[in-house]
Amino acid sequence: MKVHEYQSKALLKEYGIPVPPGEVAQTPAQAREIAARLGGEIVVKAQVHAGGRGKGGGIKIVSSPAAAEAAAAQIMGQPLVTHQTGPRGVPVPCVLVTRSVDIARELYLSIVIDPAARGPVLMASEAGGMDIEEVAAKTPEKILHAPIDPVAGFQAYMGRRLSFGMNLAADQIRPASDIMGGLYRLFRDKDCSLAEINPLAMDKEGKLWAVDAKLNFDDNALGRHQDVSALRDPSQEDALELQAISYGITNYIKLGGNIGCLVNGAGLAMATMDTIKHFGGDPANFLDIGGVARVERVVNAFKLFVADPQVKAILVNIYGGIARVDIIAQGIVDSMKTMEVKAPIVVRLAGTNLEEGERILKESGVKLIRGKDLADAAQKAIAAAKGGRA
Amino acid sequence: MSVLVDKNTRLLVQGITGREGGFHAQQCRAFGTKVVAGMTPGKGGSDFEGIPVFNTVEQAVRATGANTSIIFVPAPFAADAILEAADSGIGVIACITEGIPTWDMIAVRRYLERTKTYLIGPNCPGLVSPGQAKVGIMPNDIFQLEGPVAVLSRSGTLTYEAAAQLTERKIGQSTCLGLGGDPIIGTTFAQALRLLEADAQTELVVLIGEIGGTAEQEAAEVMATMSKPVVAFIGGATAPPGRRMGHAGAIITGAAGTAQAKIQALKAVGATIAPTPADIGATAEKVLKGLKAQGLAPAKAKTSTRKGR
Repeated sequence: MKVHEYQSKALLKEYGIPVPPGEVAQTPAQAREIAARLGGEIVVKAQVHAGGRGKGGGIKIVSSPAAAEAAAAQIMGQPLVTHQTGPRGVPVPCVLVTRSVDIARELYLSIVIDPAARGPVLMASEAGGMDIEEVAAKTPEKILHAPIDPVAGFQAYMGRRLSFGMNLAADQIRPASDIMGGLYRLFRDKDCSLAEINPLAMDKEGKLWAVDAKLNFDDNALGRHQDVSALRDPSQEDALELQAISYGITNYIKLGGNIGCLVNGAGLAMATMDTIKHFGGDPANFLDIGGVARVERVVNAFKLFVADPQVKAILVNIYGGIARVDIIAQGIVDSMKTMEVKAPIVVRLAGTNLEEGERILKESGVKLIRGKDLADAAQKAIAAAKGGRA
Repeated sequence: MSVLVDKNTRLLVQGITGREGGFHAQQCRAFGTKVVAGMTPGKGGSDFEGIPVFNTVEQAVRATGANTSIIFVPAPFAADAILEAADSGIGVIACITEGIPTWDMIAVRRYLERTKTYLIGPNCPGLVSPGQAKVGIMPNDIFQLEGPVAVLSRSGTLTYEAAAQLTERKIGQSTCLGLGGDPIIGTTFAQALRLLEADAQTELVVLIGEIGGTAEQEAAEVMATMSKPVVAFIGGATAPPGRRMGHAGAIITGAAGTAQAKIQALKAVGATIAPTPADIGATAEKVLKGLKAQGLAPAKAKTSTRKGR
């Protein structure tokens, strides 16, 4: 789960990490009040779950409360489009109004789980303020790593190694190490999957500030963090994905193409998308229906297809294991009888209770296009989406 | 031969009185697995379809000689169940449970380093050696043909897809292992490949990877030292970066996590890549025929089956 920058910064502050003074504003008038309180040069920052805000016009530097109000009105007045949002952009529910930091150097700090090391790894770089993927690709030697043992936890030497490695002055080693230690405790306590400070800025006096921060949380651990779960902002999520969640379908991701996919198993769902692309088509979504126990779940998946104007054909690809083919078949039949499914449906079925599933489809008399295997079904779905019949 | 599960497998089902646990205990038994015990705290002394139920794993092991366990308990309690099994001396654990917090698995994985126990999963279909034993949830009918091909996969349904394509071509399997879709799993591709290299029955390995993490790159390092050929497919080539594709581990967060990077690493050590999942069976068949044409006898099994990391 993702949260907003202002929420991340509030958590950083709790863990003793210096954050520039600032407050979140829900309205332009509030932005003006906050700016007046803070004084000096002010940064108004769009609060959205996507990156690339600066280039997208979502961050403005102003020097008066009136200008802060105007900037907030402009930023909140329209969806923000960045390279991560798609052309429609995302709504901006609020802005962070924060005091500007006079930056001398920009550093980078993050913690992620490294599957290869089977634990967390702390990363630091002198090349802060940039896209870290780009730094990793062009100058990997500029990223320093410190794997953290889950039992021993963060140690002072790691802080010293990374701080000296970033060429910090002797009197900055302790504050930098404290920031790293705090970030690790936060990461551990709250079951984060990512904790990132970029940039970790050094001002002209040599003091360090978390100027931007990003926290992601392990969805599987939200059950033990009511405080974190409460930070969810549905305005940042896709309408169809929210509709899916309301049905209890959590493995649905909206994509840009026109073939609706209903598959069991995440691996097969990904492979189905790959196969569609391989033959020149484009999937409208990723959907792992999981181990279906009830017909209703399948009908709900069809409701998503009907609600998605981009879907021009539907591909049902099931290899029954825990999921039973007869339940899927009944779901297809019920869907076609209870709603107007305009898109042609291509069905490929195999596995547990296949015969019973075939009988249900046959006796219902519904019109389906049958695929004999994955490749055949994918090609027929592509043809159907184009309006032809394979 | 085969690896990890065979005719000597004596299976304990943790969570046998739940819906999934009960159903699959019976399916495993129908497959031919010796299901010797069930375990549900508080229900010890009772009986599930003729299978004795115990309060603790320790009691079950002592009374029945169970050496393998399959876990169906809910995610918040799954780490505890794995640790209990390992602490009671169970040698092979398949954890089917999905949605275990990553930090729980970090602790479990670290604990297991000090034991001889192999954990398969979590968030996986388990493992099966056709003709011998199934410790998993895969449909029984597609894993009936014994033979020379091992299947390793991060995905359950793709394991079925691959095995069905092989069986359709009359190519049997030695052991099929679904290793699980989470970022931190028990047994990795690299470890499983070492076991399969040492297995006399296995002549070819089908490896089904996916985006996210670096498990396929670690596998490539082991493959460089192997005598047996590998056919590979990587799922998620068309997945957008930053979105988690169902599996908690299937998210592209860096250059190494892309399908392209993984395919490149596997190709560099001689793997034959199946371009789509529909080509896995045909690709394996071609490589097997090539082996036979060259008259290459399968590599002699190496003696060590020690748990390598």
